[in-house]
Amino acid sequence: MSGIIEVQNVRYAYEEGGALAVNDVSFTVEEGEFTAILGRNGSGKSTLAKLLNGLYQPDSGTVLVRGMSTADETHIWDIRQTAGMVFQNPDNQLVATMVREDVAFGLENTGVATEEMPGRIESALRAVGMEAFMDRAPHLLSGGQKQRVAIAGILAMRPRIIIFDEATAMLDPAGRREVFDTVERLNREGITILWITHFMEEAARCRRIHVMDGGRIVLSGTPSEIFADAEALRDLRLDVPAMKQLADRLQAQGIPVSGDVLQVEDMVREVKRLAAAI
Amino acid sequence: MLKNITLGQYYPAESVVHRLDPRVKIVLLIAFVAAVFLVPNLSGFVLIALYLALACKLSKLPVKLLIKSIKPLRFILIFTFILNLFFTGGTTELLNLGFAVLTKEGLLNAIRYSLRLVFLVLGSSLLTLTTQPVTLTDGLERLLSPLKVIHFPAHEMAMMMTIALRFIPTLLEEADKIMKAQSARGSDFETGRLLERVKAMVPLLVPLFVSAFRRAGDLAMAMEARCYHGGEGRTRLHVLKMQKNDWIAIGATAVLIVLVIVEGRIFSV
Repeated sequence: MSGIIEVQNVRYAYEEGGALAVNDVSFTVEEGEFTAILGRNGSGKSTLAKLLNGLYQPDSGTVLVRGMSTADETHIWDIRQTAGMVFQNPDNQLVATMVREDVAFGLENTGVATEEMPGRIESALRAVGMEAFMDRAPHLLSGGQKQRVAIAGILAMRPRIIIFDEATAMLDPAGRREVFDTVERLNREGITILWITHFMEEAARCRRIHVMDGGRIVLSGTPSEIFADAEALRDLRLDVPAMKQLADRLQAQGIPVSGDVLQVEDMVREVKRLAAAI
Repeated sequence: MLKNITLGQYYPAESVVHRLDPRVKIVLLIAFVAAVFLVPNLSGFVLIALYLALACKLSKLPVKLLIKSIKPLRFILIFTFILNLFFTGGTTELLNLGFAVLTKEGLLNAIRYSLRLVFLVLGSSLLTLTTQPVTLTDGLERLLSPLKVIHFPAHEMAMMMTIALRFIPTLLEEADKIMKAQSARGSDFETGRLLERVKAMVPLLVPLFVSAFRRAGDLAMAMEARCYHGGEGRTRLHVLKMQKNDWIAIGATAVLIVLVIVEGRIFSV
């Protein structure tokens, strides 16, 4: 079975002969999945993201998006339309002086007919809950709102996959939640999500995690598999989510909490279960 | 201090002038400027004044705003007036002050040039006050697009202007932030002589430039990721279409120019 994104033995160095930023990486993303790529700064996760829609070309190996190779010049615009990308800094990815026009930017680039645009812009903005801000200037919005506009700009192009390159790293906790909730909803509506992050709590909410370190994928699995091995994560200088730590400590104290606790909601459920048992 | 900046001078209002096609407005401004320079007689100035007054009335702009637009010009106006008054030469003496002679030709010339300046500034203010900067850029791009034949980068120029407009507030905000950070570490931007103040700007400008370049790199990548590949094959959200009012405006301006030329032939004052 072939996935919507297939990465095979990809290597990439910023300078010829220099250190490999991405070193022999292979993985597959299935249609509809919500996958996290987790790693600390300099682990190569952002570089990997840019290899996925042809912004960078691999030095060796192949990247296939819906069967199209990013190395094939003739498909590059199809690939970028299929796999949209939201970047870290909300200020540096909005082009126009008005929200409506910014969302239109990708549509204009791909030659969508003028009559079709207003409808697509409106539904994209509605999908991220920003339809009331259509005629605002982007610099007057909050960080989370700007990121949602950026997402709308991608959504309007009707992608199958959206790659988020540390899209919440520059936001405050409220903005982070606002954006992540939006993304989870989009995933439920069928869009494949690739979430690149260094926040454990966010990775814990994804369905699959690939952990990167030194340009390689060192661990892959579901969140409970990944976070079960706290030692291995600590060796990679990554943390276990706070709730998982709490659960481990409670277990050490002899309290029978489930080892699958990763999020606050899980903990609440566990505590209620234990309280009922008493 | 950097919070409340307005881009350009756009004054929002619901008027026929606001709704005119930006291309039409630009072309009409050029025609109007030509008329202002073509007009030889003072009686012709009355025609132009009437045309301008009508346009201002239709634009629903507050008169105060229009007067404000001439204000920065007042010294140049006085200077032009006096210069023309005394240095035109001419033979019809009106007043002899001993050190200078006031002639009828001089007086007429002084009035003519001052009025031209006022009309010029009012006319162009009318354009910038009633048109949003982005719309203006849009109009300019379309007017210049025939020049693509000789490889004039009309689309790229307009795109650069749009991006500049988009990033002015962002960079101002950033400058403000850097300024506060430097002030917190003892930098002084407010006092001292001119040279010292200019020197104090260096630690502000260097980080600002570095960050502007980083932003440019990020933006270029984000634009590429959204399939930007130049003006070729691009469609548009806003399509400019000539309306009835656009044609009326063009007609009115054509009439003005014809009248100015005809009037110049008939009257001589």
